[in-house]
Amino acid sequence: MTDLSLLNQVTAFISIEADMLDFQEYSEWLELWSESGVYVVPVDPKETDFANTLNYAYDKAEMRRLRVNRLLSGEAVSTQTTDKTVRGLSRFRILEDSDSYVTVRCAMYLSECRHGNLKSYPADVTYKLAKTDNDFLIEEKVIRLQNSDSYLSSIGYIL
Amino acid sequence: MSNMIDVKNIAADYESMVKPDKVHTSLYSNPEIFEEELDKIFNNTWVWVGHESEVPEVGSYKTAMIGRHSVIVSRDRKRNIHVLLNRCRHRAATVCEGKKGKTKSFMCPYHGWGYSLDGELRAIPKPEEYEGVFNKSELPLISLRFETYQGLIFATFKEDIQPLEEFLGGAKKWIDLFVKQSGGFPLKVLGDHRFRFPGNWKIQLENTTDAYHFPIVHKSFVSSVDEQTADIFDFLDGEGHVEDLGNGHSVMVMIPELVDLEHDLEAPIPERFQPLADELTAEGHSDLEVRRMVRAVGGSGFNLNLFPNVACSMAFFRVLAPVSVNETEIHHVALGGDGAPAAFNQMRLRLHEHFQGPMGFGTPDDAEAWERVQKGSQAGSGEWILLNRGQNHLTTSPDGNVSGAVCSETGMRAAYQQWKKMMTA
Repeated sequence: MTDLSLLNQVTAFISIEADMLDFQEYSEWLELWSESGVYVVPVDPKETDFANTLNYAYDKAEMRRLRVNRLLSGEAVSTQTTDKTVRGLSRFRILEDSDSYVTVRCAMYLSECRHGNLKSYPADVTYKLAKTDNDFLIEEKVIRLQNSDSYLSSIGYIL
Repeated sequence: MSNMIDVKNIAADYESMVKPDKVHTSLYSNPEIFEEELDKIFNNTWVWVGHESEVPEVGSYKTAMIGRHSVIVSRDRKRNIHVLLNRCRHRAATVCEGKKGKTKSFMCPYHGWGYSLDGELRAIPKPEEYEGVFNKSELPLISLRFETYQGLIFATFKEDIQPLEEFLGGAKKWIDLFVKQSGGFPLKVLGDHRFRFPGNWKIQLENTTDAYHFPIVHKSFVSSVDEQTADIFDFLDGEGHVEDLGNGHSVMVMIPELVDLEHDLEAPIPERFQPLADELTAEGHSDLEVRRMVRAVGGSGFNLNLFPNVACSMAFFRVLAPVSVNETEIHHVALGGDGAPAAFNQMRLRLHEHFQGPMGFGTPDDAEAWERVQKGSQAGSGEWILLNRGQNHLTTSPDGNVSGAVCSETGMRAAYQQWKKMMTA
């Protein structure tokens, strides 16, 4: 039996995270993370050893902060031409639940609009969330893009 | 309008479209020129298809493109490398899909013709209907001539082409220097980032020796590194240079003190690599081994541009594949040491991810600039792309080559002269 209460809690948390990213509340987004958390966009969707393989992004706390600085600084021309992203998350499934962590997998449909061109990046996203008193902190977020093993275009935002 | 070029009669006019100091804007956007480039350039020279470390074992393969031709690079049972046209001899279906892998044979999915790793036709279902028609030995996968230098594999459709080493010429010295960056271990491909941008392939070709854009386009990258590293990347007023190496090849030295990574091993360890040095020391590596790895970990201080499709670019291979006149696929191939400590290769991977690829802190801004070049180049009627930066401050390098300031357009001029030579041949 799926624990619907837990499913509701993680869905609510992940929806807020998605909303923050679509509305570029990047500084607030950083606060959702555990200090030891890792943000990963692997090249090979089957890969599990992220540290020893090439990823599109492999961000620990410092790199996440730098990535946000880059997006907010106005110095990077590629970040100025994506008007907005819209992402929807669905198909939530709890894969693991322990006293300390809950692991959730879901589908993400993200569309971007750059220079007037609409482009989509569907992905499977897995979250490992650390349980805190009333909420969660992200311990690991892995975004497996459907076309990650092929070729992408520039991504001037956070998936 | 003396500047106007009759683009409908371009065939005989490449001479007038490439001047010593500028090229005609239609080189970016005329589809007829693009088609002719595939034939006269990509079908007529040495094209990079891989590195030996990408096919390390018997049965390893990777796919690559030479212009529009899909090819397979494979290693057979005797450990020999082959470059094969990815096309069944029967009805033309590709016999291999995907970027890389391991296999015992290549099987056509359509009628089941099976080929061995060296391309030999081994199996035909229901062969009796071919009795007296042909012998299997007559129809192997078409094999391309290839040669290697320092593990880099180049293939060609031009059977009577000059030897690879002759073609590389003055670039060989720089390849020798480039492969020193694996910290005392054999150079190994660790993976690649692939992305496309809506622009002509020559826009990327130019960029490899374009230091001029760096502080503008990559301001956000420079802001993301420590002060010492930012100083190293502040090379526009430094002692670097760009040198025409012949045959369209060129080298841009941005950081002269990092040209030879086996020199100056006693130099102080940069602050950002101190944790790596400490980790390697704690693992029991000698002081010399640690210094060799730390000095190599950030890559070479130069970009070597090899005409037409590959660059040995600081710490990675940059490979370009023309898709159409206004679309290009780029691969940024990450490199490390085969058998090197995990900490060394991890640092190489993290540095690659920091700048390169579609989510790096550098590449997306390059791609944005290139897209805008392609778009802007459609404006006007018969305008020119300027390549005259630094042309009045040229010197002769110690190797006897034309050399300009680090932010000169010497490398681009070299590439376009080779382009003209091949297109008018």
